[in-house]
Amino acid sequence: MTSVFGVPLPAILGQLMLGLVNGSFYALLSLGLAVIFGLLGVVNFAHGAFYMLGAFAAYVGLETFGMNYWCALALAPLAVGILGIVIERLLLRHLYQLDPLYGLLLTFGIALIAEGIMRGLFGASGKSYPVPDALRGGFNLGFMVLPIYRAWVIFASLAVCGATWFLIERTRLGSTLRAAGENAALVQAFGINVPLIVMMTYGAGVALAALAGVLAAPVVQVSPLMGSSIVIVVFAVVVIGGMGSILGAVVSGLVLGLIEGLTKVIYPEASNIVVFVIMAVVLMWRPTGLFGRESP
Amino acid sequence: MLKLAALAVFVLASLLDVSQVRAAGEQVVIGTIEDLSGVYADTGGQGSVEASAMAIADFGGTVLGKKIVLLSVDHQNKPDIGASKFREWADQQSLNVLLAGSNTGVSIAMAKVAAAKKVPFFAVGAGGASLTGADCTPYTVHYVYDTTALGNGTASAIVKEGGKTWFFVTADYAFGTQLQDAAARVVLANGGKVLGAVRAPLGTTDYSSFLLQAQASHAQVLGLANAGTDFINSLKAADEFGITKTMRPAALLTFVTDIHSLTLQTAQGLYLTTSWYWDLNDETRAFAKRFFAKMKKQPTMAHAGYYSATLQYLNAVKAVGSTAPDLVMAQLKKTKINDVFTKNGYIRADGLMVHTMYVMQVKTPAESKYPWDYYKVVKVMSGEEADGSQADPACVLVKK
Repeated sequence: MTSVFGVPLPAILGQLMLGLVNGSFYALLSLGLAVIFGLLGVVNFAHGAFYMLGAFAAYVGLETFGMNYWCALALAPLAVGILGIVIERLLLRHLYQLDPLYGLLLTFGIALIAEGIMRGLFGASGKSYPVPDALRGGFNLGFMVLPIYRAWVIFASLAVCGATWFLIERTRLGSTLRAAGENAALVQAFGINVPLIVMMTYGAGVALAALAGVLAAPVVQVSPLMGSSIVIVVFAVVVIGGMGSILGAVVSGLVLGLIEGLTKVIYPEASNIVVFVIMAVVLMWRPTGLFGRESP
Repeated sequence: MLKLAALAVFVLASLLDVSQVRAAGEQVVIGTIEDLSGVYADTGGQGSVEASAMAIADFGGTVLGKKIVLLSVDHQNKPDIGASKFREWADQQSLNVLLAGSNTGVSIAMAKVAAAKKVPFFAVGAGGASLTGADCTPYTVHYVYDTTALGNGTASAIVKEGGKTWFFVTADYAFGTQLQDAAARVVLANGGKVLGAVRAPLGTTDYSSFLLQAQASHAQVLGLANAGTDFINSLKAADEFGITKTMRPAALLTFVTDIHSLTLQTAQGLYLTTSWYWDLNDETRAFAKRFFAKMKKQPTMAHAGYYSATLQYLNAVKAVGSTAPDLVMAQLKKTKINDVFTKNGYIRADGLMVHTMYVMQVKTPAESKYPWDYYKVVKVMSGEEADGSQADPACVLVKK
């Protein structure tokens, strides 16, 4: 059998495939973080909590209202996005003039509260969400069986990331958004309602997190802690990609997923820290991240 | 003035303390420390507390003319929380007996407290055989099952059917490693081989990469040395990744609630070892019916164990007319256990309750005739067959 570094090739390909699945989640989550940071300058520590709430919204929708997966995919991000908008309106917007640290503390507090409430309601062990019938089964790739659902995760995540990138970098709405991030006063002077834009942007970023949560629900146990266990890695991904860079977030999300998968084959013990080692190296070499621009 | 106030508070506090102790002396306090919220909340959890409460109610609510009080708390799978809660109850609530379990690591920590505080300790839901081996104490009773019996049941059934090469996915703490060791011993003794093992943290949700490692080993048998939702998640993922088509899964510790969440479609054909099943006979069915009315699910072997252990403790207290720990332990160790949980069980010198174990196979959806009709008996093992005829020499209580 063909092998690389004494590891059989099928094992490597299998772990790389799983890495790609994980990377898709990293990409989707860091995308939302990057949008929020890039346009609002807020370090959204509640991102993991919104991801968790998205998964729970899907679970509750299924258990209580019999809502199917496809409806959940649309409605859960909408519901959680609206929650995000409410939080932005009531709390976050009062902090824009202050040091970014305050926004970080506020969102961290929100994350802790959301986690605590969900733990109180659903317990710590988590609930399982079934894979939708249409996506059951697997493709036999020769080296492994790839469950159809995981293939769908990769596809959906890439599609959403691509669409978001296009929207922000290539459309008129996107340039307005970016301009509002660069110089709010000037954009306001052109008669554009900047507070509304900021509010909608936060809502959209939060909805992206919730969408990732719905996608993750059938893969992992839906649990109150699912957010806090992934958000640290996602922050590392965003830092590596360059804070606020959309392309950076997506590319480094996918690449880091792959590197993590590869580490699991070569030296499994290091797989939990490899992302952070890379972050440290990147920060030493390029303090603004791989795709980051020097701040003006 | 401030000094005087402080003194008054101190005096009041000490008075309060005395009154509490006196109140405690007028009642018999039974404590349960369980995983009420984590991976074992279904297999043990609140159902265990309920089973103890049922036993107390069946006993009449009082013993030696004293009211029986039941305390319960969540150990959250953290040994330090379990041990400190046990110590607190022993010091402040005059705890008479502790029933605890679901998590070997926590149970080992609590056994040390039992020895220090001289409080009888029934390890009910935990599996680690070291509880009556290297970690044994004069006050520990290991009640429902242990890793040795699980290995002798499930692993030997599979290896004898030709499953000679094994790869383990193991829960990364005392229980998982002891279960893997017990199963590996049986595999080797029957001419099989262990090709490798990977340790997954307790509470892992995505097992895919561990399972791909297992698959790459080309072993015939996938030994799942884990339990509760860990077992459910790992078996589900093995099914999803098509690994169950090339490897035969060995469920080394399975509870009936696990099968219920997995559904027969996924779990059919599995071998497993259990000390109790709700549908064994009329007596077990009657108990299950009462339990179901309260918990809306069938009792697991751990739940039946909690019921039985509570009852046996109260019987012993009644027989010796005292809650003095040494008297009660001596009485427990010389009495045969006959109740809904087991027949002719007995507590060995090392603290292990030796009793019948059953090797079961999970039915196919076609074989299952009514809700929760999940198991068929493959083999009945005597207590000695399951756990050996000698007490564990690693235990200091065993005369060599």
